[in-house]
Amino acid sequence: MSRLTVTNVSRTFKNENGAPTSALDNINLEIKDKEFVCFIGPSGCGKTTLLRIIAGLDTPTSGDILLDGTKITVPDAKRGMVFQEYSLFPWRTVIENIAFGPKMQGTKKEKSLKIAEKYLELVGLGQFKNSYPYELSGGMRQRVAIARALATQPQVLLMDEPFGALDAQTRNTLQHELLEIWEKKNVTILFVTHSMDEAVFLADRIVVMSARPGKIKDIIDVNLPRPRDRTAPESNTLRNNVLKLLAREREK
Amino acid sequence: MYNRIKDAVRKKGLEALSLLAIVVLWQLVADLIIKNKLFLPSFVDVVLSFSKVVKSGAIFTDISVSLLHFGIGLFLAFIIGIPIGIAMGWFKTVNRIFDPIIEIIRPIPPLAWIPFAIVWFGLTHQSAGFVVFVGAVFPVIINTYAGFKSVSIIYVEAAKVLGCTSDRALIRYVALPSALPSIAAGMRIAMGVGWMCLVAAEMFGVSTNGLGYKIWWHYYLHQMDFVLVYMLLLGFIGFLIDRAFRHYLDDRLLKWRTGVVM
Repeated sequence: MSRLTVTNVSRTFKNENGAPTSALDNINLEIKDKEFVCFIGPSGCGKTTLLRIIAGLDTPTSGDILLDGTKITVPDAKRGMVFQEYSLFPWRTVIENIAFGPKMQGTKKEKSLKIAEKYLELVGLGQFKNSYPYELSGGMRQRVAIARALATQPQVLLMDEPFGALDAQTRNTLQHELLEIWEKKNVTILFVTHSMDEAVFLADRIVVMSARPGKIKDIIDVNLPRPRDRTAPESNTLRNNVLKLLAREREK
Repeated sequence: MYNRIKDAVRKKGLEALSLLAIVVLWQLVADLIIKNKLFLPSFVDVVLSFSKVVKSGAIFTDISVSLLHFGIGLFLAFIIGIPIGIAMGWFKTVNRIFDPIIEIIRPIPPLAWIPFAIVWFGLTHQSAGFVVFVGAVFPVIINTYAGFKSVSIIYVEAAKVLGCTSDRALIRYVALPSALPSIAAGMRIAMGVGWMCLVAAEMFGVSTNGLGYKIWWHYYLHQMDFVLVYMLLLGFIGFLIDRAFRHYLDDRLLKWRTGVVM
């Protein structure tokens, strides 16, 4: 049981002159256990800020976020995160990167490495165990980042445009793999993206956000069976709907 | 065998030829043009003097005494400089406290500390070590600080969401390894500066042995061939220390940086 509740969350940033900008304005959201939710919206709509607040890396100006009824204030291993930038520690080998989380939780070294190996197999990179991150391609690095985030067995996996820097084909492959992992591991995933395709292919629900101030514009249920066909008429209709929503947003 | 030689010649042939040419030129200039051992001892003179100091064993005492001075200074510079640099780089308040002090003391040339070194420590090894320390500690502090300042926030945040949240753990597991290349560069600079300070400290008579001391001593005796022997020794040993250090780092600690353009 891990239900995430976002209540009246607002976040205001102040620039150098002290003028406030509202990045998030009164966000309310309830996310069910093991749900796959995508956040989409124009740049500056605060989707990354919301994810960072849920991670505990940023604090809301007002409002609360509860995970299983417990208020989130600081980062901890219950919520794993995969960043858009390559965030693997370059001084650690692949296996050491994945073992880092368990190690920080006080697991013994051999045990952490065993756990790490299991997750490395999950993302299919067993043979790169002792490689350093610089030896891996972008797609492989993000696979390792996913394995690293999962190795602490988080209840929620936060993903901030994790495939944003990858080429289209690698991206598709990774989306497939992510869904497989999600089904295997039964973890709640919050996924920020700016790609309509990605959102429609992955999500149970798509949260469409609007910019300045960042607000939830609409929440769309994606009731398509998986595996989804990217070019099926239903997918296209859905994509068009979201696109129209976002286009209206841009005209404003 | 033949191929091996050919390979070696192709790889290092030009370098070897260059060194050989300068030695020959030196010998010719000393023998045919200068003709004065005080002005310019020839290569052969230097080699003969070198064999003398090896035979008498003086060279080994001098090297070990100098390495002792150097070791004392560098060791202190590392164990004091690195923690200060870390604290300054990680905690803003510490930086604000230490920065003005350091900025005022740093521009004082290390050799200006020699009188105080002698007053405080007498004519001892510690005294020479202290002068080396003064020269070496600032590059260590500043490079450690700079390395910590440039730790990418993304690594810190990634560590935090993996449950590494205390300052101590973040410094140990994220900032320190990430700053290591910069710290290592600072150590190398410190070793270079320390080596220079060593010669000056020994020349001022803070000890009665050592490579720097012997340069001065032989100069008083007008034995310029011995002066040159010790000069070359200083160059070679300095070079070897730097090489060994770099080799160790690249092989052991900074393996992960292969592929990074420096």
